[in-house]
Amino acid sequence: MGESIKVKLVEMRGITKRFPGVLANDSVDFSVEPGEIHALLGENGSGKSTLMSILAGQYRPDGGVMLVKGKEISFRSPRDAIKSGIGMVHQHFKLVDNFTVTENIILGDDRTPFFCRLDSLSAKISRLGEEYGLTVDPGARIDQLSVGEKQRVEILKMLYRGSDLLVMDEPTAVLTPQESEELFANLKKFAAAGRSVVLITHKLNEVLSAADRVTVLRGGRTAAVLGREEITESKLARLMVGRDIDPVKNDSKDFAGETVLELQGVGAMKDVGRQGLRNITFSVKRGQIFGIAGVAGNGQKELAEAVTGLRWVHSGRIRINDKDITNLSPRVIADLGVSFVPEDRLGMGLVPGLGIVDNLILKRYRKAPVAGRYLIDYKKAGQEAERLVKEFDVKVADFRSPVSLLSGGNLQRLLLAREISENPSLIVVVYPVRGLDVGATEAVHSILLELRRKGTAILLVSEDLEEIIKLCDRVGVMYEGEIAGILPGGDIRPEEIGLLMMGSGISREGA
Amino acid sequence: MTDTGQTNVLVLILATAVTAGTPILYAALGELLTERSGVINLGVEGMMLIGAVSGFMTAVVFKNPWAGVAAALLAGGAVALIHAFLTITLRTNQVVSGLALTIFGTGLSGYLGKSFIGLPLPVPFTSRPLGMLSEIPFFGPVFFNHDPLVYLTYLLVPALWVFIYKMRPGMHLRALGENPSAADSLGVKVFLSRYMYVVAGGMLAGVGGAYLSLAYAPSWLENMTAGRGWIAVALVIFALWNPLRAMVGAYIFGGIDALGLRLQVLGVMIPSFFLQMMPYIFTILVLVVVLGKNRSARTGSPGALGIPFDREER
Repeated sequence: MGESIKVKLVEMRGITKRFPGVLANDSVDFSVEPGEIHALLGENGSGKSTLMSILAGQYRPDGGVMLVKGKEISFRSPRDAIKSGIGMVHQHFKLVDNFTVTENIILGDDRTPFFCRLDSLSAKISRLGEEYGLTVDPGARIDQLSVGEKQRVEILKMLYRGSDLLVMDEPTAVLTPQESEELFANLKKFAAAGRSVVLITHKLNEVLSAADRVTVLRGGRTAAVLGREEITESKLARLMVGRDIDPVKNDSKDFAGETVLELQGVGAMKDVGRQGLRNITFSVKRGQIFGIAGVAGNGQKELAEAVTGLRWVHSGRIRINDKDITNLSPRVIADLGVSFVPEDRLGMGLVPGLGIVDNLILKRYRKAPVAGRYLIDYKKAGQEAERLVKEFDVKVADFRSPVSLLSGGNLQRLLLAREISENPSLIVVVYPVRGLDVGATEAVHSILLELRRKGTAILLVSEDLEEIIKLCDRVGVMYEGEIAGILPGGDIRPEEIGLLMMGSGISREGA
Repeated sequence: MTDTGQTNVLVLILATAVTAGTPILYAALGELLTERSGVINLGVEGMMLIGAVSGFMTAVVFKNPWAGVAAALLAGGAVALIHAFLTITLRTNQVVSGLALTIFGTGLSGYLGKSFIGLPLPVPFTSRPLGMLSEIPFFGPVFFNHDPLVYLTYLLVPALWVFIYKMRPGMHLRALGENPSAADSLGVKVFLSRYMYVVAGGMLAGVGGAYLSLAYAPSWLENMTAGRGWIAVALVIFALWNPLRAMVGAYIFGGIDALGLRLQVLGVMIPSFFLQMMPYIFTILVLVVVLGKNRSARTGSPGALGIPFDREER
């Protein structure tokens, strides 16, 4: 009834966008009122990022109309969208690292005088920041800032250009729970000031806590538009996935077998010669999932690489099944029963240009039955590959076509298949569900729990607290290269991990 | 003219250092602009040669050295345009394209200049003392008793410094080389700007070459740049992409060049081949020292240097 009075800030009608072989948006309707926080919920591949990229002027739609404040418009570039008051904060920040905050904010802006007077512009940016509770030092260089601060710079960039609508693409993916809370408080402030926010997300709790309205996308179509009072978690989950999901659970009885992995006072450097790991001590037992939580970049990558032999360890010892493996070669360590599922599946875990069979034998081509006397026995390799593909439910059309054509979920299954088929005593898994949809995530989780039941020790690096809480028997939280605390699984509260992630708080219990 | 006294020898060496450094300085300033925009141009040597030969030929025909400079600008820019098309539009490997253009430039300049070898230039650039400035003791003869192309660098270097560090388009230039996708998302025209800076870099390389054939040693000799283009590429790294440091560096290289000549004239018993080798040995030493010092931090190098830009890529 209010619609005849209030003009919608943005209205998209019947938006259609095709990519080669995919219909990303199929006649989607979407609208944003002034002063609301509107969640755009959907799984990966449901078309929510595509829809917002169209709104932000990055893609041009194949069909449909867009109205801003009641006027029909079409954008040729992000610049046009910014001029119409629509600003997008991308998941991967677009900031120039060695520029100051001020320089990043004024970059490309026509109002900047020919000779930049950075001082007066910095003062203006400070005022703008204070107004919206986004405090950040305008003179600081971007590479000195934390992820949360970088995000504030991205938001300020859009506010500086007078955006009425902020599109935030998965903004909490890189934040601690406390930082997320602060972000939502700020977003509510914008909304109160009459600006609007679109929150792209696949996390149900964010929708519940922050959104005034939610649009759920599924398979490129609008599944539902719900008002605040209609939102419930189970309803959203059903709308998003299209069926009821039955989440797997850790049965949480600790095997407490013998120790498989043991680190004692391990220290290592980062790529750029700074200290990456400091005095890391913990151990993982048979049939235990040991989670490593923390904001990305606090030494998780270095830790995984130290354990798998990819990074030089300058102090301390690492033992696998009581054998000292410190600084042995990665191949020797792998042969001792350590498997590795790296963060970068397609770049580091698999060879994108090779087919399924070649990727599956990358670690076993030296051993029978795949290795013949002089040549690789491709017949045996093919049979082996077929068995694994079936066992791990990898959906493939052709065993020869490059694996880069597979979807994220299938890639992860393929990689897990290769690593698990080695019968490891320890598997190091880094961000295993990053970028996967709900279905694929559940599949990966049940594979990990199955491994745990078989008695494999699992070192799980994750930034997703829900995942950590759901799966882990013990959790170590990393902060600036150190283990800030180790918590027993079962009754972990997110706030507790959050405090440790920011370097404050004390561990409840020693290792 | 007291021809005794060590000051006079020093003044002579330093004055020659300035003229010997000037062609390298022009080329280095061009390369600096190109690299700041995120493109490596290893075709500098070839562009200098093309600039040298076309500048010389034009100056002979029109009997005017400034016509030569104009021709060198155009020729250097034209060759750089090929590099821009290959690396920006077609996204080919920048190193391969640059090397190919150096080979191309060497061959083409040799072919074009064949009938001009050994010809004297009727109207070379000559030294014009710069009024009062040239009478300052010591500094006057070192810096202010040269030809107009040298004076032009005195304006160009500070102008480029102000442009890069203080002006809006300069800020866009730095952003282009560091993170083109950030610049693109805020409406900076990445492709067009990179084309402009690559072509501008080629034009300056052309002038650097023409300085050799119109002022430094007014004649045309096949391959007369003798590796100065490569020294310019190294100099940009030494200069950490800063025009003021490039100027200092160019004069140091020029000084080593000049020292070699002087020592020969003074009859110091060092084999002439060794003296000719010195600038190149120095180049290697400089690179070892500069890169060794900055290896961990990679200070100065534009973050996106050598990477073609593609809006669709993530």
